[in-house]
Amino acid sequence: MTLLGKLTWQAIPFGEPLPLISGAGVALILIGVLAWVVIRGHLPYLWREWITSVDHKRIGVMYCILGGVMLLRGFIDAIMMRTQQAMAFNAPGFLPPSHFDQVFSAHGTIMIFFVAMPFVIGLMNLIVPLQLGVRDVAFPTLNSVSFWLTCAGALLVTLSLVVGNFDRMGWLPYPPLSELRYSPGVGVDYYCWAIQISGIGTLMTGINFVTTILKLRAPGMHYTRMPMFCWTALASNLLIVAAFPVLTATLAMLLLDRYVGFHFFTDTAGGNSMMFMNLIWAWGHPEVYILILPCFGIYSEVVSTFSGKPLFGYRSMIYATMAICIISFMVWLHHFFTMGAGADVNGIFGIASMIIAVPTGVKLFNWLFTMYGGTVRLATPMLWSLGFMVTFVIGGMTGVLLAVPTADFQLHNSLFLVAHFHNVIIGGVVFGVFAGYIYWFPKAFGFQLDERLGKWAFWLWLIGFWVAWGPGYILGLEGMTRRLDHYSVAEWRPWLILAEAGVGIILLGILAQIAQIVVSVRTRERRRDLTGDPWDGRNLEWITSSPPPSYNFAVLPNVTDQEPYWDMKARAREIGQLTRPEPQYEPIPMPRNSPTGFVTAFFAVVTGFALIWHIWWLVLLGLVGAYATFVVFAWRDHDEVLIPAEEVARLDRANRAARTARLQERLAEHEAQRDSDP
Amino acid sequence: MSTPTSALRTGRDPYHIGHAPAAGTPEYTGHGAGGPAPKRIVVGYGFWIFILSDVILFSCFFATYTVLIHARNGGPGPQQLFDLHITMAQTACLLLSSFACGLTSLAVARRNLLWTEIFLAITGLLGLAFLGLEGHEFFGLVSRGAGPTHSAFLTAFFALVGCHGAHVTAGLLWLGTMMAQFPAKGFKESIRHRYLCFSLFWHALDIIWIGIFTVVYLIGILTP
Repeated sequence: MTLLGKLTWQAIPFGEPLPLISGAGVALILIGVLAWVVIRGHLPYLWREWITSVDHKRIGVMYCILGGVMLLRGFIDAIMMRTQQAMAFNAPGFLPPSHFDQVFSAHGTIMIFFVAMPFVIGLMNLIVPLQLGVRDVAFPTLNSVSFWLTCAGALLVTLSLVVGNFDRMGWLPYPPLSELRYSPGVGVDYYCWAIQISGIGTLMTGINFVTTILKLRAPGMHYTRMPMFCWTALASNLLIVAAFPVLTATLAMLLLDRYVGFHFFTDTAGGNSMMFMNLIWAWGHPEVYILILPCFGIYSEVVSTFSGKPLFGYRSMIYATMAICIISFMVWLHHFFTMGAGADVNGIFGIASMIIAVPTGVKLFNWLFTMYGGTVRLATPMLWSLGFMVTFVIGGMTGVLLAVPTADFQLHNSLFLVAHFHNVIIGGVVFGVFAGYIYWFPKAFGFQLDERLGKWAFWLWLIGFWVAWGPGYILGLEGMTRRLDHYSVAEWRPWLILAEAGVGIILLGILAQIAQIVVSVRTRERRRDLTGDPWDGRNLEWITSSPPPSYNFAVLPNVTDQEPYWDMKARAREIGQLTRPEPQYEPIPMPRNSPTGFVTAFFAVVTGFALIWHIWWLVLLGLVGAYATFVVFAWRDHDEVLIPAEEVARLDRANRAARTARLQERLAEHEAQRDSDP
Repeated sequence: MSTPTSALRTGRDPYHIGHAPAAGTPEYTGHGAGGPAPKRIVVGYGFWIFILSDVILFSCFFATYTVLIHARNGGPGPQQLFDLHITMAQTACLLLSSFACGLTSLAVARRNLLWTEIFLAITGLLGLAFLGLEGHEFFGLVSRGAGPTHSAFLTAFFALVGCHGAHVTAGLLWLGTMMAQFPAKGFKESIRHRYLCFSLFWHALDIIWIGIFTVVYLIGILTP
């Protein structure tokens, strides 16, 4: 046994320029950013205010930044795949097969685990405690640990670009191909340990949010007064708690097979590889609802705000959400109808899959009826929501097609399937988090994003998506299977070139989004949101200033209605002043910042890397370090800081003054309107 | 802070279940509208959710065991391998350990450091004895050539029972930390909350063991 296990200089791909150059590029950018931060003296600020922060709003913002950065990485993979397939007609293209395989595996892994999940969890972090009218999540330090463990996983995946290689068998490592016998390299190990580490972070997020939503709400907030986003977040986190342990167990079994010669999924000694499919999809199907349900919540908030009406069918929306939450656990087998379970089993799972379309349809009609008769404002969050409704309905209908086992036997593993899940994940999840970040950006940063560039981004994305993935359906029906690194069917070629053009249009959309953020930051002074309520919102997140103080609310709001803030604004207009007189301010205890999350993640990366490369002494060191961190954290004496009453009073008075001024403005407008009416 | 008992006396909803009418809030309708729950409830509740997720983790290994129980690869099955006497002794150790853990809870409630430490030590020693017996069983199997790499059935057996053993080991590390914390920190609120979580964890491992005892050993021995 050598000191560095399996790690040698051969792990660095000197022979392949592409990964080396891109790896060097990433390293240069990282070093450049780090150097800039150190030279400009921002490091102490970053450490104090962000890295060690346990504030749910800061953690939410960091989650979204992680999601955004990884989106770029995953999107570069997408460009490479589309370009390869546009080129590789009767030709090898520019990517050798082993590299192409890593690219599609990394694309799927990154987009699900390190783009969609961080974005969705980030928005929940940012908004759920504000909407519930409380000061933080149930376990703030645990929240920070969750975030940094997700980062640790992302770092390991990125590291595989340069040191060694990534998994080559898709975003789910199906055995027996992923067993040691057929995949002796480190690729599968990189995948498994990265997902194990970030998966534990996600599980802790689930526990944290279920507890927060069920046990920490402002006085008066019944279950049937909770905003829709909180309901969908509850459903999503219940699914995390129920599904992520299955992922952990399944990957642990695969790792036991690979590391110590167990026989869970091997094709020898009685192992059963179909058990892996069953287990992984028992997690994998709920996973897609973990992603989409909070997005349904975002659409509900956006549609209601920008239609100026309460959400239509609020209670039916709750029933629909919880119905999806439960049924999502009863359909996993539709991912492998071709296993051969027999007509009865396939039939039951096919019908269960179709049934999910019913509560989803309920939701869609509710959004349509919310808009009906309302004063619809076409701001960018609303555009994304409308784009979603059209796109998602089509994606959902192709899903119902795939739920028919007989049709699935034909379409299984074809580009039709790939087009279907891109249709629902881009059209549902990605559009949703885009609507969400634009809608809540002013709450997080105190200024609004540029609307004109935002609209450009929306139209480019929407058109780009259909040009890129419309052809996928046709290609699937023409018999093209997924993951081909080259092909020789002439009929496919024009559609693949069209798809490449679509990716180009999406690229323009992403550039417009980057420009939107840059331009808005530069002109932020004239985009300030002074009142904390830029969109004329309806729920409690808009009652506090933008950005909110660390403690969110000077005094916990008292909830008397399903749309508490809308109700308060209406009453304030009636009586001509703010509904609540200035309260008696008291000092507020808040959780103290802690480096525990960052240090834990550091040891997680060390342990994970050592396990991947079989460096056993380093594994031991990493585990001892993690245990020591736990003991040091458990030994702490002071875990709260007290925010003085004067500080609370100063901030709250400023906010009350801004709101009063806005109220007077509103009343004056009303007055003028009444005078001009005949 | 009002303790649960005083809350019970005043007729308020001590565990924030949401079904009792709260004093002083006339519009209370029994849907959890009483405001944020106290810290003790939040910590205990969160830990319960964690335990539920852990139960799901175990359920995967249980499912795998029942699927693979016949995949012997020409080797021995449960009837040839399991010795119920060891299992019986293990069960006794673990259940008594849980009983000692319950006694610790009483000592903590009375703020009695000496008895807290004594009962914690008994809890830990019985846990160690359990692990010793499990190690004895595992080494016996491996030395007879029935290690986890021999067949899928043995793989599933070692993984499920070993996963429980790993949890007991983690629990013992936690128990050691708690034994150091009670004398060093006293019966502070946060330490008592932590002990509440530990006792939940320790009792939950018992419940899992009852599942293993039944499914792996008893039903296993009845399976030809």
